[in-house]
Amino acid sequence: MSQAELSLWVLLSSLLAGLIGSLTGLGGGVVIVPVLTVLFHVDIRYAIGASLVSVIATSSGAAAAYVKEGFSNIRIGMFLEIATTLGALFGAYLTTRVSTLWIGLIFGVVLLYSSWASLRARDEHGGVEQPDALAARLRLAGTYPGPEGPIAYSAQRVPAGFGIMFLAGTLSGLLGIGSGAVKVLAMDQAMKLPFKVSTTTSNFMIGVTAAASAGIYLSRGYILPGLAMPVMLGVLAGSILGSRILVRANVRSLRIVFGVVIVLLGLEMVYNALTGRL
Amino acid sequence: MRSQAAPSSKSPDQKIEEAIGLQLRIGVMASAAVVLLGGILYFVEPSGPRLGYRNFRGAAGALSHPAVILHGALGGDSRSIIQLGLLLLIATPIARVVFAVAGFLFEKDWLYVAVSLLVLAILLYSLVFGR
Repeated sequence: MSQAELSLWVLLSSLLAGLIGSLTGLGGGVVIVPVLTVLFHVDIRYAIGASLVSVIATSSGAAAAYVKEGFSNIRIGMFLEIATTLGALFGAYLTTRVSTLWIGLIFGVVLLYSSWASLRARDEHGGVEQPDALAARLRLAGTYPGPEGPIAYSAQRVPAGFGIMFLAGTLSGLLGIGSGAVKVLAMDQAMKLPFKVSTTTSNFMIGVTAAASAGIYLSRGYILPGLAMPVMLGVLAGSILGSRILVRANVRSLRIVFGVVIVLLGLEMVYNALTGRL
Repeated sequence: MRSQAAPSSKSPDQKIEEAIGLQLRIGVMASAAVVLLGGILYFVEPSGPRLGYRNFRGAAGALSHPAVILHGALGGDSRSIIQLGLLLLIATPIARVVFAVAGFLFEKDWLYVAVSLLVLAILLYSLVFGR
């Protein structure tokens, strides 16, 4: 395969990965890394470098669209970014210490968890429970637009949320993904924030988290221009297309089909890691 | 859906978030345009055989330093132009944190000026010292 042909195939696959990532809500990074390693036999560190760049592009683009709706909370996002950026530094450090076997295995587990989390039923947490003292001090509260005017909410269990966010940042730096599912876990499950606030604020944080490790990947030479170019452009275009489709169509059955495809890719990646072909 | 939210009733937070949203969109589109330009040149310009991505080569010969990238991009090297676009992309969320610092300063929210400065410091540390 010539370089031009290879780039074209990578571009088309990235477009599809961005589309699937956007339709399933998993994000493009979690799809493109297994595609590059399993289908194109790209070294996993180069795949992660290219994916990180595409994660910054899609999350920044999506965040720009979400802020208008008034769900994202800039204070909660900024406070938790302390945890995710520190985690991202730690994750990028780990990539030099951990073998590609372990990176592949951890990736598989995170992929399976993310697809399970995206299909799980969501329950909205209503109203303000007993306000957390630490949350009140840090002003981790807000309102979001409801059908009958603004609905108030306040964060609970801040230390637990902060800890899970550090983990989310570590996974992002280690695997080159947005780890949106783990960020939502921290805000939605641990801190009991409304689901829509959790997902939109998570999107806002993904770009900053990925930027912390992308700088390190770039200076290590893990970001190859010839590979990152089609991946970034493809995933970005695919996710924009996906968000257009999402507002028009009910994609429940599509999500399930794609979810199964992603799980199979993840299993293949784990298999390749275990048999030393990664 | 948000008919009750007239522009005058927007909170300062909401205004900051919308300014940041615009800045993010411009940053992503500008960097995508630079990467696309580099990508087109990458295929048009004559070159020798290029290496695949299967074998890991580490940082040897990689375009990884901002000064080297800028120098190459100004000289019209396609790979340097792509890397410059990617540098712009990495700078976009960092600029968003700078915007947030300014926004919280404007609101005189000193706690969050400190929080966002801390995030900015971690980001700059990763760019300058991270390897």
